[in-house]
Amino acid sequence: MEKKTVYSLMVVVALIATVSLLQMCKPQAPSSVTGGDAAIKAYVPPGKYDEFYNIVSGGFNGQMSVYGLPSGRLFRIIPVFSQFPENGWGYSEETKPMLNTSHGFIPWDDLHHIALSTTKGEHDGRWAFGNANNTPRVARVDLKTFKTVEILELPNSGGNHSSPFITENTEYVVAGTRFSVPVGDKTDVPISTFKENFKGYISFISVDPANGKMKIAFQLKTPGVSFDLSRAGKGPSHGWFFFSCYNTEQAYTLLEVNASQKDKDFIMAVNWKKAEEYIAAGKGQKVKTKYAHNTWDESTHTGVSNIMDEVLQLDPAELKDIIYFIPCPKSPHGCDTDPTGEYIVGSGKLAALIPVFSFTKIQQAIANKEFEGEFAGIPVIKYEAALHGEVKKPGLGPLHTEFDANGNAYTSFFVSSEIVKWNVKSLQVLDRVPTYYSIGHLSVPGGPTTKPHGKYVVAYNKITKDRYLPTGPELTQSAQLYDISGDKMKLILDFPTTGEPHYAESIPASLIMPNSTKIYKLEENKHPYAALGESNAKVERKGNQVHVYMTAIRSHLTPDNIEGVKLGDEVYFHITNLEQDWDVPHGFAVKGAANAEILIMPGETCTLKWKPLSTGVFPFYCTDFCSALHQEMQGYIRISAPGSNVPLKFSTGKIEEAVAGAAQ
Amino acid sequence: MKSQLTVILVVILLSSCAPSPKKNVEEYPDQPETSTAMENPVAAVTDPTKGIGAVKNVTLNTPLELDRVKRGLAIYEMKCSACHKLTDQRVVGPGWKDVTKRRKPEWIMNMVTNVDVMLTQDPEAQKLLELCLTRMPNQNVSIGDARDVLEFMRQNDGEK
Repeated sequence: MEKKTVYSLMVVVALIATVSLLQMCKPQAPSSVTGGDAAIKAYVPPGKYDEFYNIVSGGFNGQMSVYGLPSGRLFRIIPVFSQFPENGWGYSEETKPMLNTSHGFIPWDDLHHIALSTTKGEHDGRWAFGNANNTPRVARVDLKTFKTVEILELPNSGGNHSSPFITENTEYVVAGTRFSVPVGDKTDVPISTFKENFKGYISFISVDPANGKMKIAFQLKTPGVSFDLSRAGKGPSHGWFFFSCYNTEQAYTLLEVNASQKDKDFIMAVNWKKAEEYIAAGKGQKVKTKYAHNTWDESTHTGVSNIMDEVLQLDPAELKDIIYFIPCPKSPHGCDTDPTGEYIVGSGKLAALIPVFSFTKIQQAIANKEFEGEFAGIPVIKYEAALHGEVKKPGLGPLHTEFDANGNAYTSFFVSSEIVKWNVKSLQVLDRVPTYYSIGHLSVPGGPTTKPHGKYVVAYNKITKDRYLPTGPELTQSAQLYDISGDKMKLILDFPTTGEPHYAESIPASLIMPNSTKIYKLEENKHPYAALGESNAKVERKGNQVHVYMTAIRSHLTPDNIEGVKLGDEVYFHITNLEQDWDVPHGFAVKGAANAEILIMPGETCTLKWKPLSTGVFPFYCTDFCSALHQEMQGYIRISAPGSNVPLKFSTGKIEEAVAGAAQ
Repeated sequence: MKSQLTVILVVILLSSCAPSPKKNVEEYPDQPETSTAMENPVAAVTDPTKGIGAVKNVTLNTPLELDRVKRGLAIYEMKCSACHKLTDQRVVGPGWKDVTKRRKPEWIMNMVTNVDVMLTQDPEAQKLLELCLTRMPNQNVSIGDARDVLEFMRQNDGEK
């Protein structure tokens, strides 16, 4: 190339650079923002952290997943109500009790909603709660370890959908049944006796502020309707809880039609402080029932399942002033209180408007007895008496609403596939953006708290169709991230999600990251079968049970040669990971194990049960790449015929044989 | 000509409002410190035979402090014995026989408590890595515990 050409090329480059740089200095026009800098807004450079943890329900996979925002990167799947092959949750002997219920061991449930613990209405970063929708339960995940540490079953419930919403200081987690069911000693009844025999129950689960331990404080026996979602009051409305109800028609068949007859269903307002007063006055009734309460012990690394046999119940039809119904148009789904606690937004999924109720007006209506009648013995407040106002023609099928810190609400519209931003006080629609496609819940970081963090709204969509490369009939679920820092919402990222995310919460990384557990300290390991140090590794026979106290450290298992086990024995491999460094798990698998593999965190002890089905020599090995010599981290166990005289012995390497003397 | 152009480009670049796109990045939370058992920032010790870490000077007493030896043995059994034998035999890591004669006490304690830095910066530690080919893990041993382990090593080496 001639020098001249090079020169003129450089001039052109310089000109382009000048022009583009000058343009960068201009204030950005809305049009350029939607397209142009979307990527940089969602971009988190390599080695940098996301601003928010996004804790997302897994829906039908029964798990929670953890993403970063704004990048949409998936960090973890936390097994909660489902077995998880990745780390052995629900397969290891220690974790099996966590999935026990009054119906026995349940390997898979459906987790719908997330609630992050709050203090004074603000995120405190301690726990995440999740609900099992099918076999009604509430779980608590510790946000230090990202591990499920407690699961409480709910008796007298037929589908725990209206859950696990929490009060301002996490005093209570609620659990409202989606299906009303017959309870007590009258359970074998004709389905057609719904109105007479079916009841809806709401459980108030108390949470110990010191350690998070859950307990069913009381249950409210309510008329036979379906509870959908709920939110606690906050600030001035602290002490109240609001539940959306549908099927007030009390239909028991073809609900699609029969539960959509009435023009209005209800929002149920619960004065839980009043319920506490009745309990203090001894008005509660103890009722026999059966439910499981499973707790995880971090020092023994073991879950324990207890079957409980009693709950305390209150009957609001007799004990007045606990609950009131407020009419709400067309099968309400979302029932969301704004950050001030004054406004309650109902979202009728078949409605074309959004009613906003005022807590002050509800209190006045109750004081002035502005009731339009009763439903199953419960007063129904006049619609207009409770109403702050309606958002007119916002879209079709409002589902769920969250809030920013500036007095604005963001409502998802399933039928018209959009998010609509509106002002809570003025009820004016401010902006709308399409979602792709059929949005269910949405989530603003801190949206349900008294101090929303704002910045983003995430849409959780039910249908992705043409948004990603196709993978046969089963497609990924999807989230979409919108920047809400300006007047207009701007789509900045699509990202695929695991399971079916129903609801999610996001919390600033600074509230979680500094507390994250790195290792379990060996000194604190109280597992009854832990081998704290290689000199404690051993094999013991107890009848036909063989307990292997095994240690794992880069890169060998001790013992790695085991003989004298007989066909018909049950072998328990109790593996203690002796590592004390962050991010060095070891795995364990033995050939023919019918349940799974396990993954053992540093300092943890974890047990895999194995019942050999034939004689021979079976290999076992570490399944998680741990070092350059990971492939050498292996061993053999010999299984002999039942009557054989092979003595029980174990060893690792020459030293073990010389010192510990293999044959015992 | 070329130099003139360079000047123009530099001027343009300097005068453009460059900081704005960086903003996003600055809002991310602080990165955590690297995980070591150390509380204090690592400073190079002047004497290279003492290794790198917070341990600068160790006073050894005679006779041995037996309570330290006892605690040191317990820590050895729980956190070290899987890789280090008490003889001169190398298994995963070197045997401990005569380690207190080969190494300064400071070097030993820095190796135990600051292993990640030692393995990347200390020439002697790097020689051992080349020999063993398994990185010595950070076993989260505190400096106090490392001192106990050192006392146990002295006993293992025949000191009274």
